[in-house]
Parts: sequence; structure tokens; C-alpha cells
Amino acid sequence: MNRFLELAKNPLVISSAAILALLVIGELVSPGFARGDQIVRLLTVSAILGIAAAGQNLVILGGREGIDLSIGAVISLGAVIAGNVMNGSDAAIPLAFAAACFAGFLIGLVNGLGVTYLRIPPLVMTLGMMGVIQGGLVVLSRGVPSGNAAPALMAFVSRSAFLGVPGILFVWAAIIVLMALVLKRTRFGWSIYAVGSNENAAVLTGLPARRIRVLLYGLAGLFGGFTGVCVIGYTGNSFISVGDQYVLPSVIAVVIGGTSLSGGAGSYTGTALGAIALILLQSVLTTLNLEFWGRQVIFGVTLLLLMLLYGRQARLRV
Amino acid sequence: MIGLGKLGGRTWVVTAAALAVLLVANVILQHNFLEPSVIQSNLTTFLPLVLVAIGQTYVILGGDIDLSVGAIVALVNVVTVTVIAGLGGDGTAVVLGLLVGMGVGIGCGLINGLIIAGLRFQPIVTTFATSIVFSGLALWVLPQAGLPVPEPYWRTYAGTIVGIPTVYVIYFVAFLIATFLAARPFMTRLKAVGGQRAAAFQTGLNLGRLRVSAFALSGLFGAFASLCLTGETASGDPLMGQSLAMSAISAVVLGGTALAGGVGGALGSVLGAWVVGMIGSVIFFAGLPFEYQTLVQGLIILAALAGGVLVTRR
Repeated sequence: MNRFLELAKNPLVISSAAILALLVIGELVSPGFARGDQIVRLLTVSAILGIAAAGQNLVILGGREGIDLSIGAVISLGAVIAGNVMNGSDAAIPLAFAAACFAGFLIGLVNGLGVTYLRIPPLVMTLGMMGVIQGGLVVLSRGVPSGNAAPALMAFVSRSAFLGVPGILFVWAAIIVLMALVLKRTRFGWSIYAVGSNENAAVLTGLPARRIRVLLYGLAGLFGGFTGVCVIGYTGNSFISVGDQYVLPSVIAVVIGGTSLSGGAGSYTGTALGAIALILLQSVLTTLNLEFWGRQVIFGVTLLLLMLLYGRQARLRV
Repeated sequence: MIGLGKLGGRTWVVTAAALAVLLVANVILQHNFLEPSVIQSNLTTFLPLVLVAIGQTYVILGGDIDLSVGAIVALVNVVTVTVIAGLGGDGTAVVLGLLVGMGVGIGCGLINGLIIAGLRFQPIVTTFATSIVFSGLALWVLPQAGLPVPEPYWRTYAGTIVGIPTVYVIYFVAFLIATFLAARPFMTRLKAVGGQRAAAFQTGLNLGRLRVSAFALSGLFGAFASLCLTGETASGDPLMGQSLAMSAISAVVLGGTALAGGVGGALGSVLGAWVVGMIGSVIFFAGLPFEYQTLVQGLIILAALAGGVLVTRR
């Protein structure tokens, strides 16, 4: 019985169960919801949120109230840069990815430097950075949408690459495997958990905690830039607030996936499942024939109920 | 820098200095800046942010954060407008509408507080989730922007009460509440909860009640802000106030309240909110090309946030 309880409290089990339940509900409400091609479509949308959440996951794991509120603006920036670099040309896709990821990485490094060396609280630093990037986007784009996706990039995100599955899902699968390997099997991965759970102890064992944290913010920016390119592949063209909608959902995906907001515990596999569960929930609510407000209310309440299962803070009384 | 060293924990002094610089810059750039009507119109523009920032201060002092206050502003607005219209739009209807609006604000704050303090939820993700619920409810009450408020409402807001401009009366009342609370044991206890939660618990403080009260205050001040915005726009808008929560957090931090909780005060947040507002005003009158204004504003706010943290650290 205890074993069972332990299993039922495992975030991976909870989010998997939530995903299954949502698929069943979706299929009951609107037959065909759980059909293969529908699931692929939902996974594609989840992949975009999931890749954004990878960056969020890293800074949260790194502890010290780590969070990246600038990720939405970085996604928008990545999309705008990619759109202008490509301008519809397939040949420029690699350059678009490189430019967007590099810009994101640089912004992330600045966030990281501010957080570690100037000791600005992450929420404040990344909130301020969000304002700066949004302003920068207005300058870059002069307020009008510009640039568009190359056909091959749009195919990468929405057309079948192999057996009906688009390329982006293979990339996401690779990211999931890579993140799991890095976090669980490498020195760098272990040091993230060490720094996130007890920074002083980590420093005393000789870990360069500050440099690790700067790098984590840099990687978060890199993932944000990458997500931006995927977003423009999905939407076709970009506008300067296209990434805003990913900010808090990326945090929620991390929390639903079982990563503690206080850092040092959790996994990206959980976050990926959390992203899928979030997108499925939204999609089920869309198929329910409800007015927009009703969907919103149920969405919010369901998030609260999910948090009831885990993501709660420790009791003060021991 | 030696002189600055004595400022430890008093970011608000730096903020006040920044405000003075901004004022001088604005006087130089905008020649009629000191005319009473211009002063009043500026203070009117800054008022909603000032009110939200005061409320947010209590939540942050208690070691939490309230991202839902923008959604509360929208919900209070549509409920108030609907109640006033439903009751016929006369004087009694307006008063009842205002009271119901404040009730809604406090209610939303209580919900946030009870979920977060009672069920030990994370404040960031929880208030994000409740903000989705509150915005949904706002769209239910009033699906589309519209439904004007009766003339006496906005005329009074733009006009005077016993000879004093209404906006100044609201500032005065807000100051009064903030000063009153600052002198109460509530404030000391709240700071203890935010600064040293475990220690505060061990001394027997009722943490739950203190944190819930802080969220209720944030909801109430959110309602005040909403009622002021309603006086400006004179109608209902279910999407009102969306950017207020984030700007208010900047204002609170600029005002010297530590995000980690435990240090700061509401009057500092008022200064912070003015600084945020004045930065926008100075940039507007500096004649920068339009597309650079947001960028410069973002850079200045980031620099101010970083500077404030740095100066008080030594």
C-alpha cells in the first residue's frame, strides 16, 4: 500500500495519468480526438512549449529562486530575427537557427551575470530584461511585422518527415534524451542539482557555482531563441509579442512536471510530460462546446487542482 | 560611494533622488510641467499604478507575490460597471457599485491568500492560475468592452470633492491607510513572516492570517486602482489593467522593498511607482523617435532596478 502511495505521488506518474485521462475524456467528448494524426498535432504544439520549458527548467533547477520571465520576449526576438534572416529562403534556415540561438544565449548570459554577480533577484532581473527586449523588438521591427518563414521550416514544424511525424518531434525527442543524459549522467548535470539544492555546500566542494548559474541562464536564452524559430515555423510570420503567451505556461509545465520552484530537484522528462498535459488540457477544453470564459475558468481551476497533488511547499511544523 | 554606504536598506532614498532628477529633467523638457493642471493630470495617470504598488508591497513584504492583481482590476471594473447599470445608474447605484467592487477585490485577495497560505501553494504559479480564473469571470460578466458608467461617476473623479480635486483625496486616503498600517503591529509581524518565516512561526505568530490579510490588501488596493481607471475610461473593459501587475512589481522593488520579503514599506512603493511613471513622461517629452521610446524606458528601468539593488548592498 505504501509502495502504491509512493508511486501515486511520483510527478511522472501523476502527469502521465493526467495525460491518459485527458485523452479518454477528449475521445468521449469528441470521437476522433485521440486519433493518431490528432495526437501528432497536439504533440507538435506541446513540443514548442516543451522546448521553451527546457530553458525554464534549467534556471529553476539551479535554485536561488531561479526563474526566467524574459523567455517570452526572447522567443519573440528569436522569431523576428529568424523571420528576417530567412525571408522565405530555405537556404538561410541554418543561419536563422544560429542567429536566433546566439542572440538568446547572449541575453541569457546578461541575465545570468546580473543574477549572480550583481545579485539582482532573478524575477526582477528577467522582468527588467523583458522590458528591454520588448523595446528592442520595436526598434528592430519599426512596429510592423516583418520577415517570414521559409517553406522547409514550416514543413519541419507541421509536415510529416517520417511515418507521419514532423521533424520537430524528432528534435524534441532528442532534446528530452539529451537533457536526461546531461542531468543524470554528467558531472555538469550533477553540479546543477548540487548548486540548486545547497549552494554553500556546492561551493565548498569546489564547484564554480556562479559560472554554472550564468551558463544555465545562457542556456535558457538559447532554448528561447530556438523556440522562437520553431514558433515562426508554426505561424508562418512573426509579430513582436508572439512569445508572451509562453512565459507563465513554461513555468507551470515545469511545476506540473515535478520540478520544485526552490530548485535542486526534478527532471526534464517530467517537464515534457507537464507540457503535453497542459496542451492536452487546453485542447480538451476547446473541444468542449463552452464559451471562452468557461474554458478559462475551468483551465485555471484545473491548474489549481493539479498543484494540489504536488508542488506544495513544506510544512513549517515538523 | 562612501556616503552611499550609509544608505544600507534604504533604497527609497536613492529612488527619491532619482525622482528629483526626473522631475528636473521633465521641467526642462516640458515647460508647462509645473502648472497645477499638468501636475494633476500626471498624478492622475500614475494613480492606478501607485495603488496597485501599495497593495503589492504588503504581499511582497510577507514573502509572497501577487501576479493576479491585473486580472482583479479587470474583474472589479466589469462587476462595478454592471452593478451600477443594473441598479439604474443613480447615486445610490454608484455607491453600491463601488462597495461591491471593493468587496470583489477583497474576495479575490482572500481566495489567493487562503489557497497560498492555507494549502501551501507556490504564490507565483497559484496567482497565475487564479488570474486565469478571474479574467475568465470578467469575460463572463461582460463579454465585450462597453457599458458606460453614469456621468456623475467620471465627472466626480475628474472633478473635486469639497473643493479638493478627487484624485488628491484618493492619494490622501491611500497615504492615510498606508501610514496607519505602517504603525500597526501588523506591519512588524508581516515583515517577520516575510523575512524569517520559520522564526516567525516559532514565536507563535499566526502566519496564515497575516499572509491572507496581505493578499486581501492587495485585492482591495487592486479594486481602488480599478475604480480609478473606471473613472478615467468611464466604461467597462474585461481586459483592463493587464500590464499593471508586472509594472507594480518594478515599482515595489524600486521603492526599496526586498523581493525576498521582510524589508521595505508602502510609501517607498509610491515613490517607485512615480519613478516608473516619470521615466515614461521624460522619454515622451525628450523627443526621441517613437520606436526607441520603449527600449530606452526598458533600459532605464532595468538600470534603476540594478542600481537600487547595488547601492544598498554595500
